[in-house]
Amino acid sequence: MPGPTIEQLAAQIPDGARIAVPPDYSGVAMELTRAMIRRGVRNLHLVCVPISGLQADLLIGAGCVGTLETSAVTLGEYGGAPRFAAGLKRGAFKMMDATCPAVHAAIQAAGKGLPFMPLRGLLGSDLLKNRPDWQVIDNPFAAEKDPIVLLPAIRPDIAVFHAPFADRNGNVFIGRRRELVAMAHASAMSLVTVEEIRDVDLLSSEESAAGTLTAAYIGDIAVAPRGAWPVKLWDIYDYDDAHMRQYVEVSRSDEGFARYLADFVYQRQAAE
Amino acid sequence: MDYSRQELLITTIARLLAGCRLVATGASSPIPGAGALLARALSGGRMRVNVLGSIRNDFLCDGGVELFDLAGQGRLDAFFLGGGQIDGQANINLVGAGSAYPQNDVRWPGSFGSGYLYYLVPRVILFREEHTRRVLVPQVDFISAAGPTGEAIYRPGGPIGLLTNLCWFSFDRTRRRFRLESVHRGHSVEEVRDNTGFDFDCPDHVPETASPDAATLQLLRGRIAAEIGETYPRFVAQVFPDSVAAAQ
Repeated sequence: MPGPTIEQLAAQIPDGARIAVPPDYSGVAMELTRAMIRRGVRNLHLVCVPISGLQADLLIGAGCVGTLETSAVTLGEYGGAPRFAAGLKRGAFKMMDATCPAVHAAIQAAGKGLPFMPLRGLLGSDLLKNRPDWQVIDNPFAAEKDPIVLLPAIRPDIAVFHAPFADRNGNVFIGRRRELVAMAHASAMSLVTVEEIRDVDLLSSEESAAGTLTAAYIGDIAVAPRGAWPVKLWDIYDYDDAHMRQYVEVSRSDEGFARYLADFVYQRQAAE
Repeated sequence: MDYSRQELLITTIARLLAGCRLVATGASSPIPGAGALLARALSGGRMRVNVLGSIRNDFLCDGGVELFDLAGQGRLDAFFLGGGQIDGQANINLVGAGSAYPQNDVRWPGSFGSGYLYYLVPRVILFREEHTRRVLVPQVDFISAAGPTGEAIYRPGGPIGLLTNLCWFSFDRTRRRFRLESVHRGHSVEEVRDNTGFDFDCPDHVPETASPDAATLQLLRGRIAAEIGETYPRFVAQVFPDSVAAAQ
């Protein structure tokens, strides 16, 4: 039973979509990200739950992002994200700086169908000052004055991530990476890539069901072996060290990044 | 036994964590991670440590939000924060410097969990290796997380001090000032003063930061180097090359 191709998944992400993506430790759909760039998606509102790395840097560099909502963009041990920094400097997208638990809380609010969520912290920060969509109220249950921040729910159109496998019924194994569940619950639908489809039923036992995202939340699944490359996937494979080093090196300049896209994003299309 | 700069920082961090029950470290934090794992090894099994990005040293299993929920519940005893800039009132900036936000001349990754954890974790250790006037400034250009202000807000958390390549400052939350507590071997109070952009309290006599003993160094170079190497292999290859060679 041949499933949809990566390009078919990418075609389901319209210009201007609000998409939610996970951090590197969770499972990043890099093969799908490259397909999105090839398709030429524009003006995405990218919500990083709660941070991103190479994925955000590539999408920004390729001109796909109109708004970026994140608590950080970093390549971790490989250094700062060069296209993110360059894009900000030239005002290429609207920046919504957050703090990690604020993104989680706003995603959880949407997952519960709530309009907002309160969050501790943030008072006196320039994060709060630069987020007119966040409000401070007085805790209505406190006897004394107790200011607290309210965050509007984040309702992404599409959650996009990569996982080790799905079962024959379209349930996806997410293990302990429950931020993927929160993202999927908050989003209108999820587009998922997996290393493989296994001929099992994840919901048939308590053990596997506990680490499963049920198919009801998922729009489509495509098979993409090593689909997180060159980012790591759990303890299944590590970063492609040489490639990440190369990326950081070449993408410092506009020309270098254009060459990177030609070699590693667009060239694949020509080969297919 | 001689020791490196990083080994002194790691063992100092382990000392600052003594008595904690739950400790976590964040993104890009190999030295705090190693310090926390060393403190755990020295705690006789009383301390739990969560290294972000690790699988073997991660006791959480409810997604990325669980660490923040732990802090909100008051269960997380200690955490580490850094900053591209840190000022004398312990405001920290992880966003950017120069020109107007968001088009800063220099942009850093972002605030991560600082805008929340700084307010909720009782023992936040500010950690920044670089000790220069570029980093330790009179006033940060952007406040990712505010130092204690004395205002009547819900704030069980905040900084206990700041550890750098040169020294350890404690922080007095009531007076909102750093105090120089110890200077690392090979450095001086004058050097600290010359390279710090904010005012701080300085006693007449400032002791040298305690050196690690041989047993602690041995533990660090063996078991702890292997443990932190799971999450930060490139750091371990650089700082503990002998440990890597021994493991192979």
